[in-house]
Amino acid sequence: MTMTAGAGIEVAGLQKRFGDVLAVDGLDMTVQPGELYALLGPNGAGKTTTINLLTGLARPDAGRIVIGGIDCNRNPKAAQHLLGVVPDESNLYPELSGYDNLCFCGALYGLPRAERERRAGELLQAFGLAEAGARRFGGYSKGMKRRLTIAAGMVHRPPILFLDEPTTGIDVASARQVRQLVAQLHSEGTTILLTTHYIEEAERLCDRVAFIVKGRIVQVAPLDELLQQVQGRYLLELTVPGALPEVGTALAAALPQTTVREAAAGRIRLESDAPIAVAPPVRWLEEHGLQVTEARRVQPSLEEVFVEITGIEAQAMRNDNGGGSGGGQGGAA
Amino acid sequence: MRRWWTAFGAIMAKDLRAYYLKPPNISWGIIFPLAWAGMFLLRTGEGVGSARGLLAGLMVVSILFGTTSMLAVTVTFERRGRSFDRLLLAPLPLELLMLAKTVGAILFGVVNALVPVALAALLVDLRGINWGALAVTVPLIAVASTFMGLLVAVSVTEVFEAQTLSNFFRFPMMFLCGLFVPIARLPLFLRPLSYALPLTYGADALHGAIDGAQVLPLGVNLAVLTAFCVALFWLSLRNVRRRWIT
Repeated sequence: MTMTAGAGIEVAGLQKRFGDVLAVDGLDMTVQPGELYALLGPNGAGKTTTINLLTGLARPDAGRIVIGGIDCNRNPKAAQHLLGVVPDESNLYPELSGYDNLCFCGALYGLPRAERERRAGELLQAFGLAEAGARRFGGYSKGMKRRLTIAAGMVHRPPILFLDEPTTGIDVASARQVRQLVAQLHSEGTTILLTTHYIEEAERLCDRVAFIVKGRIVQVAPLDELLQQVQGRYLLELTVPGALPEVGTALAAALPQTTVREAAAGRIRLESDAPIAVAPPVRWLEEHGLQVTEARRVQPSLEEVFVEITGIEAQAMRNDNGGGSGGGQGGAA
Repeated sequence: MRRWWTAFGAIMAKDLRAYYLKPPNISWGIIFPLAWAGMFLLRTGEGVGSARGLLAGLMVVSILFGTTSMLAVTVTFERRGRSFDRLLLAPLPLELLMLAKTVGAILFGVVNALVPVALAALLVDLRGINWGALAVTVPLIAVASTFMGLLVAVSVTEVFEAQTLSNFFRFPMMFLCGLFVPIARLPLFLRPLSYALPLTYGADALHGAIDGAQVLPLGVNLAVLTAFCVALFWLSLRNVRRRWIT
């Protein structure tokens, strides 16, 4: 792999083990300067460990990391001035106000007083927190905390921003706002490495998406290239309360040229290379004593590509949310 | 370099504002030394006339408890809440970062030590004290004591563990360091242990400065205390690198 200079990220053969668990298993990755790159995978896939290794919060067992042309293996601290890091938890100081938190974070990166005070004011304004700037961070709502944490990550105008699960656990409106801010940063030329387990988030925001499973990148490609894989496919989603997963298999067998894409309790997804008529499957289900409450044609999306490549059902990814609503389909901005 | 010092100053100022200058800590810094002084004056039954003899011990105890208690909050608590990660992500050498995190405790320890002195000044004649030796020794004891607290704080995960582990060495140290009982009066088998403890040298230097009753020369006491400071700080950094940047 060629290591190039610039505010990009290049990783080769990255490996990290915790006891018996191989958290990152020979990960290779190149993020071009100015690119918005998503690491998409379920919880435990190695996304946060990868970010910790890249930012110097953890030491790799093997592999090479070059950030902005700086060899981080030799000196993990050397590239830290280029990085803004937004961790998966909002970890600012609860006893400080929003404004003081931003000023403090600016000072950590050596910004002179006048500059950090001006920057804190700008960011509070940009993130819709100007009125809450004087209030203690500990008293903020989850969404406000998340926004301020993202603001803190960019207070020193880093050319590279790491966003670890930026919308996890926040409400739909806040998630939407966060995504708009990320898109804006991207348009301004910041290199962004985003980890998420929300497929819709990666689909809406990113230039390239890497699927990470068990510490390995199993597929990486530009979004349009990934979506080409599902062009020409048709999906029909049926909501059938009380239906067991086996019903989906039996239904697909009864319909020509149709396969079951996903079958969970109460939900069946059928896939075909030709448009699927709604009436035959509904009739078949009703004949078998089941009631269909909803039938809708679904546009094939990144979700189908992800399921096909990783074998991980999208529902399992949603269940990883831990109850947060930010990244659900309804929350995608 | 300039940006390092900006970060250093910000960390120190933040800790002072967020922790040390809070009313509970200010009152702790005053009440705790007063309580110790009162307790020993009552215990000896010799009245205020004995205050000068107790001064060195009270100063060391005030520093020891003041500094070690605070590190559990400023380091272990922040680590637990992951806000310490923010500091580890800053482009600042780890040595400077940990010094910035401890300066507040060192200053707090020095201020704690001044409370018994101020009290004693009201009660007894303090003429004859070697104030120069006192001015060098007190900050050095505060540094050694703070770094002991730091080593504990970076060796545990929970705040209560830090407090428990601190007590494990704080209380024995009070009786083994010659603060209130001269080492010469301790059982023979305990004396080597006394000389393996940093505060023994700090207490001896303070006894020398206040009463001229030191066992070792001031230079030796300060040199050994400095060596303890370096060793404790080095061990703390090693623990941070091993346990927190895994």
